[in-house]
Amino acid sequence: MGALDTHFVPALDGVAYGLLLFVAAAGLTLLFGIGGVLNIAHGTLFALGGYLAATVSDGSWSSALLGLVVATVGGTLGGAVLAAGTLPLADRGHLPQALLTFGLALVGGDILSTVYGGDPHPVVIPDSVNGTVHIFGHVYPTYRLLFIVVASVLALVGTYVLGRTRAGALLRAAADDRDMVGAMGYAPWRVHAALCGAAGALAGVAGGLGAPIIGPGPDTADKVLMLSMVVIVLGRPGSVLGAFGAAIAVGEIETLGVSISSNWAPYLLFGLMAVALVARTFRGAAASAGAAAGAHA
Amino acid sequence: MKVPEVLLARPVRLGVPSAALAVLLLIAPSSFDGYGIGLMSKALALGVLAVSVSVLAGFAGLPTMGQAAPFLVGEYTAGIMGTHGHTVGVVQLLCGTLTAAVFAGATGLVAIRTRGVAFLMTTLALGELTVTAAGEWRSLTGGTDGMYGILPVRPLPGMATLDSDKNVYWYVLASSAVVIAVTWWVLRSPVGKLLLASRDHEARLRSAGHPVTRYQWLAYVAAGALAGFGGVLMCTVNQYVAPDDGSFATSALVLLAVVLGGATSPVGALLGAGLIVATRDWLSGPFPGHGPLLLGLMFIVAVYALPDGVAGIRLRAPRRRGGAA
Repeated sequence: MGALDTHFVPALDGVAYGLLLFVAAAGLTLLFGIGGVLNIAHGTLFALGGYLAATVSDGSWSSALLGLVVATVGGTLGGAVLAAGTLPLADRGHLPQALLTFGLALVGGDILSTVYGGDPHPVVIPDSVNGTVHIFGHVYPTYRLLFIVVASVLALVGTYVLGRTRAGALLRAAADDRDMVGAMGYAPWRVHAALCGAAGALAGVAGGLGAPIIGPGPDTADKVLMLSMVVIVLGRPGSVLGAFGAAIAVGEIETLGVSISSNWAPYLLFGLMAVALVARTFRGAAASAGAAAGAHA
Repeated sequence: MKVPEVLLARPVRLGVPSAALAVLLLIAPSSFDGYGIGLMSKALALGVLAVSVSVLAGFAGLPTMGQAAPFLVGEYTAGIMGTHGHTVGVVQLLCGTLTAAVFAGATGLVAIRTRGVAFLMTTLALGELTVTAAGEWRSLTGGTDGMYGILPVRPLPGMATLDSDKNVYWYVLASSAVVIAVTWWVLRSPVGKLLLASRDHEARLRSAGHPVTRYQWLAYVAAGALAGFGGVLMCTVNQYVAPDDGSFATSALVLLAVVLGGATSPVGALLGAGLIVATRDWLSGPFPGHGPLLLGLMFIVAVYALPDGVAGIRLRAPRRRGGAA
């Protein structure tokens, strides 16, 4: 019980952190897995959401809600810029699109640092959730508990939309066969724009919601991009459920892992990422070799 | 307006940029101040790194996002030697190149198993691991504070130490000219053809009996060695090393340099690196702190305006699950 007791708070922090990463990475994995755009500017959209929420926050519930709305709208608009920029490059493969988003990330980061300066911007949390609660004899910040609830709801809604609605089915269909979706009468550019907009909105809302956990500052964009990248690689690009598991795992590494072994935790993330990539390539090669052998038999 | 035929002839197309570059590099020291010359030296060191990316991404078809890692290994090798009184430049270059090659040999065993976007991400992960290790291994690297107190370099045993920006520049220019000439010569030989073939027709080359994986591993090691060479030069110029030098941002900038210069052109990569350093540190002079904005705009313009430069780097589409069946 002793070990469980010491690590209870970091473990719960890990869940909150993981859920935040899930909401952030969901946009990246959708856009990459379905739209084929490796969006280097994803972290910048997250930071934009955080800054916008921090700007309007004054400690009241209405300002907190307004902050979320503004962050979502800002993220969506950023996604629209992304859609307009990447659409002409759709036929030229991954690299030009990734380079374009890197350019947009540099420009966006420069604008954000010009407007908001180099210091982190704290968000003012509404008073009623700014205290602490007792869970199983541990003191825990109320906001983080609330965050765990809200992010879980967001994750469920997102999974439902993608898995059970017509719009979600369309996006999944676009991942498998874009031309067929076009032939069914859905203009590819609309699907692409919807995808970019949704990815931007997810990044923005994650930034707004998560601002008290990963506050908007000069390092936010890079940090979120890197962590989201690890999440989508570990969870397989395009897979929402995979991203969920990976996000929680990464969240735990970043909190519980650091509290257990601060020496090794930093290596664990990118080590796992490299191992996952290589292991998957081996498995893929073995599977295709097996399929080829089966075809010849 | 139609471009006159004579301007498209191969000697003109290749010779004019090279000649322009040579003239620029030779007359620069007399027309720049110390800061400008320092920037030229940095651009050359970064240019060697860019050439290594061009070998991997352009010739071998392996677009890397982590080539700053062997660069960092070279930097730290030179830094550790420089703080312990081993200041002979040639020895530093040899040791740094060798260490980076060993490093690339080990990481290459992992990276070479993947292709396309997976390779991009694997090298990114390896690069971030290297930066993390450099920040954590304080006894060796000085941690995130960086490594300072690095002594100036003597090019050869018995020579005087390089005490001015101008002397450092000539040393960096001479060293990078030698190593880039060697690279160019190797790439012109059948080795370069084999790399291009493994980029474009991997399956065909394999069925012809070529050990393609070994070629790609060797290319990875050679590119790593080249990056390490660039890192040693960077350490000589800055006399300071920090983990950030090996970050994702450095790797991405160098990839842009290669894209700008046309993926399979070492001279182009060198010019691209020069353009990036000039944009970030020199053109941004009138707008302090806005280097990233100018660089970002350059990225955006390059992607639209230089389709050939971009297309030179092939990124194979990832095989979708079940799609090949």
